[in-house]
Parts: sequence; structure tokens; C-alpha cells
Amino acid sequence: DKTRKGITDKIDDLFNSYGEIDDKLFDELEEILITADVGMQTTMTLIDLLKAELKVRKVKDVHEVKTVFKDVVEKMLTEKDNKPFSIEKTPTIIMVIGVNGVGKTTSIGKIAQKLKDDGNRVMIAAGDTFRAAAIEQLKVWGDRTGVPVVHQSEGSDPAAVVFDAIQSAKARKVDVLICDTAGRLHNKVNLMNELAKVFRVIEREYPEAEKEVLLVLDATTGQNAIQQAKVFNEAAQITGIVLTKLDGTAKGGVVLAIDSELDIPVKLIGVGEKVEDLQLFDAHDFVEALFN
Amino acid sequence: MVFESLAEKLQGAFSQLRGKGKLSEKDVKVAMREVKLALLEADVNFKVVKDFINKVTERAIGESVLQSLTPGQQVIKIVNEELTALMGTEQVKIEFASSPPTILMMAGLQGAGKTTTCGKLGHILKKNGKRPLLVACDIYRPAAIKQLQVVGEKVDVPVFTMGDQVSPVEIAKSAVAHAIKYNNDVVILDTAGRLHIDEALMEELKKIKEAVNPKEILLVLDAMTGQDAVNVAEHFNSQLEINGVILSKLDGDTRGGAALSVRAVTGKPIKYACVGEKLTDIEEFFPDRMASRILGMGDVLSLIEKA
Ligand SMILES: Nc1nc2c(ncn2[C@@H]2O[C@H](COP(=O)(O)OP(=O)(O)OP(=O)(O)O)[C@@H](O)[C@H]2O)c(=O)[nH]1
Ligand SMILES: Nc1nc2c(ncn2[C@@H]2O[C@H](COP(=O)(O)OP(=O)(O)OP(=O)(O)O)[C@@H](O)[C@H]2O)c(=O)[nH]1
Ligand SMILES: [Mg+2]
Ligand SMILES: [Mg+2]
Repeated sequence: DKTRKGITDKIDDLFNSYGEIDDKLFDELEEILITADVGMQTTMTLIDLLKAELKVRKVKDVHEVKTVFKDVVEKMLTEKDNKPFSIEKTPTIIMVIGVNGVGKTTSIGKIAQKLKDDGNRVMIAAGDTFRAAAIEQLKVWGDRTGVPVVHQSEGSDPAAVVFDAIQSAKARKVDVLICDTAGRLHNKVNLMNELAKVFRVIEREYPEAEKEVLLVLDATTGQNAIQQAKVFNEAAQITGIVLTKLDGTAKGGVVLAIDSELDIPVKLIGVGEKVEDLQLFDAHDFVEALFN
Repeated sequence: MVFESLAEKLQGAFSQLRGKGKLSEKDVKVAMREVKLALLEADVNFKVVKDFINKVTERAIGESVLQSLTPGQQVIKIVNEELTALMGTEQVKIEFASSPPTILMMAGLQGAGKTTTCGKLGHILKKNGKRPLLVACDIYRPAAIKQLQVVGEKVDVPVFTMGDQVSPVEIAKSAVAHAIKYNNDVVILDTAGRLHIDEALMEELKKIKEAVNPKEILLVLDAMTGQDAVNVAEHFNSQLEINGVILSKLDGDTRGGAALSVRAVTGKPIKYACVGEKLTDIEEFFPDRMASRILGMGDVLSLIEKA
């Protein structure tokens, strides 16, 4: 594909054609990171880290810069203690939140399948009672994966749906309950309050459950993703990010900015619309893809 | 954030310069660095930013500073004018076919807001005395048809569907025949979300285009899109020759630099702005407002406009 090749060529040019490590090299590296949505601030931070590391390792050869840089980024992504996505204790309740259209409902279908395959008893709660046909969409995923979906009718109170689902999950001794939520922009105070209400119900009704709060981010999103992560994190203490739509040409570089500004690990990635298009996040692969 | 302080930084960069003379090359360069950062933070594409900065720098050097402005404000004024010019200076409306039905086709990435926008357009058109028909050409996404039906019902606009076992090309063709028979003067085709690099699905859109010859193909673009917006727009445009863009989710707090990128690479106008999930949340698009939103300096700009 043309776009990808363009970028690959550029990187190879960059690291092969320069005789020495100079400002021009760093400028071009900056350009690559910016076009991957890493953002200006994080790009500058990364380049400073790179310069420091090059000094420590006494690197003189241009060809080594790329490897050093990958190490720097990978280290940044992995140095915090982010355990991979897994169900460690049951029951677990997984809340899936995010702005409109990022891939919450689809990711829930994929996650449900994965957890079921891992041997868990899984249930889904249709907590999006607002979006047109959101419940029907989730039911299709329930059918596809053979996972029961607890739902009420469109327009009902999401907190009530989650309440019901928790009782049902307890009665059926479900291992993992996954809750869909309506897409909401983080700057909508009333919608964020509605989310807080759902969380209060969970605290009250399911204190014994392990909580996982996944923020879904669309890899195509630019710098606004940082704001999304910040505000949702204040409202809901996110435990991990699901980065979707990485099958496009967007790099999702903004998660580097989120990683450097907030302490939230990426746990899963979405690479398509099918049930199997879900992968555990791998920092090494991610960094490779950033350069390819 | 770089943004909040762009105005301050520009003022700061010029604080030494007290006289009201001409803008010097050095001063302009200093200011342009701040402008560049601001545009990048707003997600304007890197290449678009580069070209823009070059152009503005050229214009600004040597320009006289207006009596009522500081040099910093003078630069902002020039930047804003050029940005507005790039966004397109006037509103461009949807065009109707000389003989009905007018066919509008939505296209865009997954989750951009196509289906919702179909409902919004249906609502506006109906209000303006048209008899629109919504058409469910998304046979892939779970419950996409049902979603369009719910949306259609909310705005009281009929929805044409043939289920998910018929090809979108056939559905589009039948829908047009249906519209002619039942006097629907605007046909709005909802299509499945697709990646711009998905050749099979892009081919499908081309076939729909060939089959029903839409008056307008509208790219629905999420205002939060980052640097990749140019690739998306370039691909959709080169494959389909889009007529315009509808920008969605502008009710968020994104600066929306993608709007500028898309405009710059395709030259196609942005025809509508969507500002919420409700089916009335659609507005005409004002290029000048978008320019100041991208710059993140609404207040400063209104001060300058008064000057
Ligand atoms: N290409 C691609 N498309 C995806 C991916 N994940 C989700 N989608 C598509 O993105 C669109 C939106 O997905 P949804 O799961 O409905 O998103 P959502 O966040 O639940 O949306 P709302 O509930 O409306 O806020 C659908 O067309 C999905 O098929 C992915 O990883 N890759
Ligand atoms: N806040 C806000 N949400 C919007 C706007 N336009 C659409 N949405 C929401 O974005 C999500 C996706 O909208 P859809 O209309 O389903 O998008 P689509 O492009 O048809 O999605 P696919 O068919 O899956 O590709 C839904 O939750 C919509 O309610 C808008 O202007 N503002
Ligand atoms: Mg959903
Ligand atoms: Mg749709």
C-alpha cells in the first residue's frame, strides 16, 4: 500500500542517508512522530530521551539511532507495571466506556468471545439505552458469541440495567460481566454524571467483584484522545485502554502521549470488525508498526 | 497546553517591539513557530501546516502594523485571515438535481456518524418541504438497518430497506425506482463504514456511484480525526470524487484541525457541521468560525475584529 510504503521509505531514507547524527535527523524524526499523532509535547520529550540515551550508549553511527529510539519508546510504554489483560479474580465486572463511535460495542463482542474461549462464564449488560438500535447491535454480538445479553428497552435507565445485570450475574454465577455504555463526549457533564451513577450502583451492588474499566480509543483520533483519557479517568479510574481501528493507516501514536502524561496502559487492540480481530497489546509490535 | 497560551506567546514574542513599524523577518519567524505548534496540537496535518506557515510568513514579512493593534495581534490577524481563506470563505449548500430525485450518498470510516447524519439531513430536508427517502445500504454492521429505521422513525422520514442479503448496489437501484414511484424527491443512501484502504469495499461504493449517479457524495468525517484525515480524504476523493464533507462530533472539545487538512488536500467544501447526537443537531458550516476554533483564540480574534 502506497501510504505505508511512503512512510517506510522515509524512515529508511532517514536512517540510511544521513552521514551523521545532526539536527536535521532529529527534525525528520520529529516529523515522523507528529504524523503518527504522537503530539508535539511527547515528541519533544521522546527526542530528548533519545538524545540522552545516544549519549549514554556513545552512539556515533546513524544506523544505530533507529534501534536506540525503538528501545526508548518501548521502555516508556513498558516501564510502568502494566499487567496484560487477563481475568485474575472472579467475579469480575468490566465497564467499557468512551466517546461516540470508537468501537465499544464491537470490542465487547470480541472480548466476550475471548473470555469465553478462556473458559469463563460471561454475560453482557446492554448499558447503552440511548443510541438507536444499540441494544439490537449488542444482541447480534450476543448471538455470535453465544453469550447472554441482559437488556431493557431503549430509553430506560442505564443504572437500572446494570443493577439487573448484576443480580442476574450473581444468580447465574457468572465469572465476568461486561457492561456496554452509551458513547458520550467527555465534555458533556450530564452524560458523565450518568456514568458516575452507574459506577455507584456497581460499588453498592457488586463490591466483591474485581473491577476493570476499559476506555476505548479510536486510533484515528488525534490529540483530543488525551483529553478523553484525562476526563474519563477522573470520572471512572480507567484500568486500561482498548485501541481500536489499528487496521487502518492511523498509527494511534496518541497513546504515547497518554502514556507519558497519564499512567494508563494500553491492554487490547482492535484490528478489524470481526470477532477475532482483537489482540493483546504488544509494545514491541506497536513500536515496530509506528515505523512501518 | 500550547493552545491556551498561543495569544499570550505571540504577544510575548513581540513585547520588545514597541514601535508600530513593519513586521520584520525575524519577528515573523519567531511568531510562526508558535503558530505551527498550535496548528499541530489542533491536529492539522503536518504537511498542511508546513505549506500554510510558508505562505503566511511570506505575506506577513514587511506588512505594516495597524495603528490599533500590537505586532502580535497583527500576526494573529494575518494568520486568521489566511486560515479562513483556506477553509473556504463562504458556505456551500447541497445541490439538488434539476430533475428529481436528488441522490445523496454518505461515505466514510467506521463510526464517523453516517447513519445519524442521514437522519439529520432527512430532518432538515423535510422541514424545507422536501420528501426525502432514507436508504439502508449498510448490510454489514450488526443492526445497521434497524438503526436507520429507528432514526427515520424519529424524524418521520420513510426508510427503504431490502434486508442484508441483497447487494448494496441493488438496494440503491431499487430505492431510486421506489423514490420515483412514490414521489420522493431526495434519496439519501446510508452506506457501511469502511477503511479508505479497503479496496473491495471502496469498489462497492464506486459501483453504487455508477449505478445511481448520486448528485452528491458526502464524506462524513469525525472532527476528532488526527493526522490520518488527509489519507482518508485523499483516498475517498480519488476513488469517488466527493462533492463535500460533513464534519461530525463538533460538540466535543476538539480543535478540529482535520477540517483544515481535508479542505486543503481535497479542495472540497465542508457543507454541514454536526454538533450532537440528537437528530436536530446539525448546522450550516461557517468556515471563519472553524478557523478561530482551530487557532483556539476566539476571544483574541473578536478583539481584533473590533480593531
Ligand atoms: N476497521 C475497524 N472497525 C472497527 C473496529 N472496531 C469497531 N469498528 C467499527 O466501528 C464502528 C463503530 O463501532 P461500535 O462498536 O458500534 O462503536 P461504539 O463505541 O459502540 O459506538 P456508540 O455506541 O455509537 O458510541 C462499527 O462499524 C464497527 O464495526 C476495528 O478495530 N477496526
Ligand atoms: N456527540 C456526537 N455524537 C455523534 C454525532 N454524530 C454521530 N454521533 C454518534 O456517533 C456514533 C456513531 O454514529 P453512526 O451514525 O452510527 O456512525 P456511522 O458512521 O453510521 O457508523 P458505522 O455505520 O458503524 O460506520 C453514535 O453514537 C452517534 O450517536 C455528533 O455530531 N455528535
Ligand atoms: Mg455502542
Ligand atoms: Mg452506520
